[in-house]
Amino acid sequence: MTDLLSYEFMRNALAASILASILCGVIGPFVVTRKMVFAGGSMSHSAFGGMGIACWLGLNPLAGALAFTVLAALFLSAAGRRSTEENDLLIGVLWAVGMALGIVFIHITPGYVPDLMSFLFGNILLVPRGDLVLAAVLTAVVTVSVIVFFRGFVSIALDEEFARSRKMPVKGLHTGLLVLVALAIVTLIQVVGIILVLALLTIPVAVAREFTIRFTRLMILSSVTGILLCIGGLAVSFTMNLPSGAAIILLGALLLGAVKAFRFFRK
Amino acid sequence: MKSLVRIENITFGYGDHPVLEGVTLEIMERDYILVIGPNGGGKTTLLKLVLGIEKPWSGAVVLAEESLRERMGYVPQYATFNRNFPISVFDMVGTGLITGGNYLSPGKQSDRGRVEEMLHKVGLYEKRRERVTDLSGGQLQRALIARALVADPVLLFLDEPTASIDITARTTLREFLDDMNSRIAVVVVTHDPTPFARVYKHILCVNGKSFLHGRGELDSQDLEALYGCPVELLGHGIPHTLLREHDGGER
Repeated sequence: MTDLLSYEFMRNALAASILASILCGVIGPFVVTRKMVFAGGSMSHSAFGGMGIACWLGLNPLAGALAFTVLAALFLSAAGRRSTEENDLLIGVLWAVGMALGIVFIHITPGYVPDLMSFLFGNILLVPRGDLVLAAVLTAVVTVSVIVFFRGFVSIALDEEFARSRKMPVKGLHTGLLVLVALAIVTLIQVVGIILVLALLTIPVAVAREFTIRFTRLMILSSVTGILLCIGGLAVSFTMNLPSGAAIILLGALLLGAVKAFRFFRK
Repeated sequence: MKSLVRIENITFGYGDHPVLEGVTLEIMERDYILVIGPNGGGKTTLLKLVLGIEKPWSGAVVLAEESLRERMGYVPQYATFNRNFPISVFDMVGTGLITGGNYLSPGKQSDRGRVEEMLHKVGLYEKRRERVTDLSGGQLQRALIARALVADPVLLFLDEPTASIDITARTTLREFLDDMNSRIAVVVVTHDPTPFARVYKHILCVNGKSFLHGRGELDSQDLEALYGCPVELLGHGIPHTLLREHDGGER
């Protein structure tokens, strides 16, 4: 392990794993309990549009992803309707349009876009120092915001109608939460890529909720699970020469299956 | 008795479709009002207007004092509550103390005492560490009432509180509300007024418009004329079929 850490790319990968794991715990439980999983999916896929435009303009793709995911969050909040069907429709449209924009702009970008596969499936071993700094800033912003607005977020995730009756700013809190999910997604994209982000926001939470009934403990346990998965996946990826994002997610799926099986046979 | 809330000729709807038109009502201290009416008639909407969740298109909801806005307890319909949320009974009841004015500050030490007191009152203190998901329907209903009461309201609104609980739990709920009514006003939206038959003071019929009746003002003949259909009575003066046409005296 010490030998591995002598490589800068491995140190960066480890730092990115830890940051991603913190976000798994801080924001994942809200995504799951507030039923925002597919809203998160549409935001992460819309990031591809931002990355494509950023590549075409010669900018850092992560800056494009950041702009597009935040815009997608604001759009979902502003255009959100009362009915689940209409919201589903919006989420689906945003999801597909984001991907389509990304494909078009990458297609018209002159020359070869080497990071295309990293955008889609992530490559934790190729996280540059600059992106790591951005990820650290985003993780800090998300974590501090969740601590400050914690009671508000819990209230709307538990019972939105009751929260309204207590004069909580439900719409503002919902928008804020969507924006924080967007910021988290930008960090997680570096680890597992656009397509697998959903898994990293949900699998650690699904594992952790088998062991606790308290929301704060769920957040901590989800982070710990995230760290185990990211570092474990990293090791598997390194030793077996497999794509890191996929290795992390499959390891998570195995862990979730094992936990569920343990629970089932213990009953 | 002192007036707590006056609803003055309010009209409200969703989109272009009016749900309530020209509704007027006064809720007094320690009143006990049953709100009945068909689905889509505007019962829940009326509660949301009084609670300030929705703003009327016209008319006004006038509170006796502005401080009353923080002292209205609400038990929403069962379906609005996220039953799978990972939270203990104690913490869930504690969320009743979070308001738009204090959600950015940490909870106070005295809050714990208030939550414990309320859990004792609804008979759930022993269950305080259990997960909300593991409560029975009746226990969850009591926990939701405790959440509504923990902020010490003078007016308690319950939306379909008997919808998902068994007969024993209904009796417990009714007895608990009787007890609360010695201190606070209670407004219950229900499709089934039967459990509250012995204790209500007024019945509000809501179907676009509203009609308030005092206790004993409705008999079977009146009801058949008002509803335009035979109405099943249980011998205590309250129908438990759905409201149809209604031409009763408005108050």
